[in-house]
Amino acid sequence: MGNKQTVFTHEQLEAYQDNPFRQRIAQVFSEDGDGHMTLDNFLDMFSVMSEMAPRDLKAYYAFKIYDFNEDDYICMWDLEQTVTKLTRGELSAEEVSLVCEKVLDEADGDHDGRLSLDDFQNMILRAPDFLSTFHIRI
Amino acid sequence: MSRQLKGLGEEAGGAVRGSSRSGSPGTDDRSERRLSRKQAPKAEGAAGRRGALPGQKEQARGSPRAGSPRRKQVESRRHREELGVQERSTVERTREGRRKRNGRTSLKEQRTPPKKEKEVSKKETQKQRKKHRLPSLASSTSGGESLSEEELAKILEQVEEKKKLITTMRNKPWPMAKKLTELREAQEFVEKYEGALGKGKGKRLYAYRMQMTKKWIKFKRDFDNFKNQCIPWEMKIKDIESHFGSSVASYFIFLRWMYGVNLVLFGLIFGLVIIPEVLMGMPYGSIPRKTVPRAEEEKAMDFSVLWDFEGYMKYSALFYGYYNDQRTIGWLRYRLPMAYFMVGISVFGYSLMIVIRSMASNTQGSTSDGESDNFTFSFKMFTSWDYLIGNSETADNKYASITTSFKESIVDEQESSKEENIHLTRFLRVLANFLIICCLCGSGYLIYFVVKRSQEFSKMQNVSWYERNEVEIVMSLLGMFCPPLFETIAALENYHPRIGLKWQLGRIFALFLGNLYTFLLALMDDVHLKLSNEETIKNITHWTLFNYYNSSGWNESVPRPPLHPADVPRGSCWETAVGIEFMRLTVSDMLVTYITILLGDFLRACFVRFMNYCWCWDLEAGFPSYAEFDISGNVLGLIFNQGMIWMGSFYAPGLVGVNVLRLLTSMYFQCWAVMSSNVPHERVFKASRSNNFYMGLLLLVLFLSLLPVAYTIMSLPPSFDCGPFSGKNRMYDVIQETVENDFPTFLGKVFAFLANPGLIIPAILLMFLAIYYLNSVSKSLSRANAQLRKKIQALREVEKSHKSVKGRATARDSEDTAKDSSKNATQLQLTKAGTMPHSASQIQTLDMKAPGPGTSSSTSRTALPTSRHLLVSRPPSNRPDSGQARPQTHAGRSASRKSTQRPSH
Repeated sequence: MGNKQTVFTHEQLEAYQDNPFRQRIAQVFSEDGDGHMTLDNFLDMFSVMSEMAPRDLKAYYAFKIYDFNEDDYICMWDLEQTVTKLTRGELSAEEVSLVCEKVLDEADGDHDGRLSLDDFQNMILRAPDFLSTFHIRI
Repeated sequence: MSRQLKGLGEEAGGAVRGSSRSGSPGTDDRSERRLSRKQAPKAEGAAGRRGALPGQKEQARGSPRAGSPRRKQVESRRHREELGVQERSTVERTREGRRKRNGRTSLKEQRTPPKKEKEVSKKETQKQRKKHRLPSLASSTSGGESLSEEELAKILEQVEEKKKLITTMRNKPWPMAKKLTELREAQEFVEKYEGALGKGKGKRLYAYRMQMTKKWIKFKRDFDNFKNQCIPWEMKIKDIESHFGSSVASYFIFLRWMYGVNLVLFGLIFGLVIIPEVLMGMPYGSIPRKTVPRAEEEKAMDFSVLWDFEGYMKYSALFYGYYNDQRTIGWLRYRLPMAYFMVGISVFGYSLMIVIRSMASNTQGSTSDGESDNFTFSFKMFTSWDYLIGNSETADNKYASITTSFKESIVDEQESSKEENIHLTRFLRVLANFLIICCLCGSGYLIYFVVKRSQEFSKMQNVSWYERNEVEIVMSLLGMFCPPLFETIAALENYHPRIGLKWQLGRIFALFLGNLYTFLLALMDDVHLKLSNEETIKNITHWTLFNYYNSSGWNESVPRPPLHPADVPRGSCWETAVGIEFMRLTVSDMLVTYITILLGDFLRACFVRFMNYCWCWDLEAGFPSYAEFDISGNVLGLIFNQGMIWMGSFYAPGLVGVNVLRLLTSMYFQCWAVMSSNVPHERVFKASRSNNFYMGLLLLVLFLSLLPVAYTIMSLPPSFDCGPFSGKNRMYDVIQETVENDFPTFLGKVFAFLANPGLIIPAILLMFLAIYYLNSVSKSLSRANAQLRKKIQALREVEKSHKSVKGRATARDSEDTAKDSSKNATQLQLTKAGTMPHSASQIQTLDMKAPGPGTSSSTSRTALPTSRHLLVSRPPSNRPDSGQARPQTHAGRSASRKSTQRPSH
């Protein structure tokens, strides 16, 4: 952040190729959800991902990122997507479904079989290292 | 009129307050409206000030007769404004002043109309408001007073609100464009009116402070990064952890910790004993104990001799025997024997302290995060990816580690939910323990038998190589074959791998302990033998020296040159012998470990990997396969090695240096070996959060290694011709000597008094009582803690059930109001979340929510209609306002005309 850099080098752009949720991030922050960002959208993204951003804001956007089908709920399908992306499909199908069930079991406050924003925030606010991992440094 | 205005202002203010928090799109014009209204008094102040200067000038130039009283008033008013004093002394004065101010501003505006047309248009509304108020002020004197104060308070409040908005701007999930406009507006507002309230002075300071806090945060972050980078081998260990799981990594973390402890011990011993001796002590060859004896001189430099730590190695500062018994050495008058003794004690003291402290901190860490157990999988899923990762290799590691950690949790989960035949498991466990106890007893008897036999062999002449080394061979064979045997037996027990590891560790610990103590007993026998021979050697030395100096046949006139130190007969120096034993053991242990890794892991891996192409069965999946990392064996090897170091360091100060080298090399070597030739365990399991089990074993070994050293120091006489304590009856006499010679006499008396058993026994009793008391206190506290946790859990359950009811209700509600766009809904949810307090006050919220579950749901339900109402009702509420504004402007204009005319008269 301290160094004044106006042009991204190729390596720096390459650096973010590894994030499993890169497409989701682009979609969430782009205006029309197609992953193409204007300057304002780009700034939005970095203001959310910055270290200074508060927990609630981060939690809100994290929810949007993990909500793959954009129905304002994290359902079973979203969870499966997340697990597969996180493990690059190394877990077997039973393991994935076990993990998803456990997540729903833990975090689903109203027992409707999906995570609402409320549930998600309730869970994520207790996470010890959410703030330290959910930010991007430039 | 004024009352109406006030009421409207209040309503608008409330609305703005509500809407600005909810973040509805209606905020802009609403706040603008409020802004214009609020501008009135403020503009008065601002305009008044602006007007004051030209007014004064004009007075000074044009109308001297009206000068003095008016100027005084103007000045006093300005003074008051600048100081931020809001109270008016008298109503009359205020009114007068206000009127005059108005007059002056209008005058100024009259004079400069063509210049600032923009400003005029902006100010017109303000002026109008101002003018409008005049009649109301005139009508009621007291009313004017309250109004101005109230307005000022309102402005203050509003400015505060805007400031808050600026600071909390980043909390709002608005798009950037909206944020920018809002921010600019708010900043403009604050800039404009803060000055009027006399708060503008602090702006610079504030900006400076903000900048400094930013810098400070950045510095702290950089410093943290730096600190993290300073932790040695962090990346290596992370790498291993990501591929092999936390249990294998825990061994390496333990190894690193051990390295740190050994570095401190190394610094202690080298800095206070070895370096002073090398720098200031008598040089090599000056006295018999520092010289290789004549008989060994020819072979003393051979590598095979040096390798056994004989020859020159034996007569060096690495071992006890080299040190002289001079009370002080060098020009510093450094008391080396005293330092030697104190360092020997402080090595144990420091080790005990550091082990116990790290155990205590581990337990503290494990109790604090009890709540995170509730969300194991959720946290893993949603917070495990580190968005900072920008390196593809790191990313690969992260993927691997996430997968491993998921697998670890799955194993734990399956373990907890497993249903099985309890009777069968119990039977199998009892059987397994029985078998293992049989193994341990057998190995113990075998060692005992072998040691007995070796004592017989040692009496006999010309025994074969095998017979000489039988004990060592049997012991290493036992150490090689028993652990796998134990592991095979432990498979019967069907424990969770984490618990299984602990059992395995405990069993191998018992085995190793047996080995260690047989070794020690054999060593003790040796020491006693040497001690019994000491008296005769002492006599021989005396006689040799006596004969040498008094023998006839030498010219009496010339004094005889002193006997060369190499020729002086000397004792066996059992301390050095013990030190050499430990040194050898450490080195051979290190070599055996490395060779085992090289052969057992690396060559096996190479064989499996490359012969798999031309073999008749699948080597990788079938019989030899790759080796798994042997956690229990490695941990115990490390612990027992450390025990050797503790025991030996008193008699071989150089041992710690050797151990530091060993740990350093084994860190790199084992890291490489694990990554290159081992495979992860079949069931990757999570290490227990605190590695207190390792620490407990280490503490036990420390205690056990303290015993023989304490025994030798307290009850064996030191050798008469080597070491820093030679010539004394016991080693600890050095303390007594120092107290008597170097301290004032009354201190000696104090020490003698303290050493009195009449004082020591009560002190020990007191300590026991204190331990008992603290123990009971901690027990009761932990009980209270558990109860509180239970309560929180129960509250959470209650909240959950309430939420489920509420959730269904709101779902129905939202279906009813499905016309609202989804955007609106998310915003609402967000506001609800925004009001939700942070985790620090979770318990409080739980407490608050539990008694009145209806409150939260009712707010959520009422929030929806109110906001909709606001959205809808904005246009009509705008209209009456503008309608009112029009007559006001008319009235204001006429008033202004009147007031402008007045001063010209």
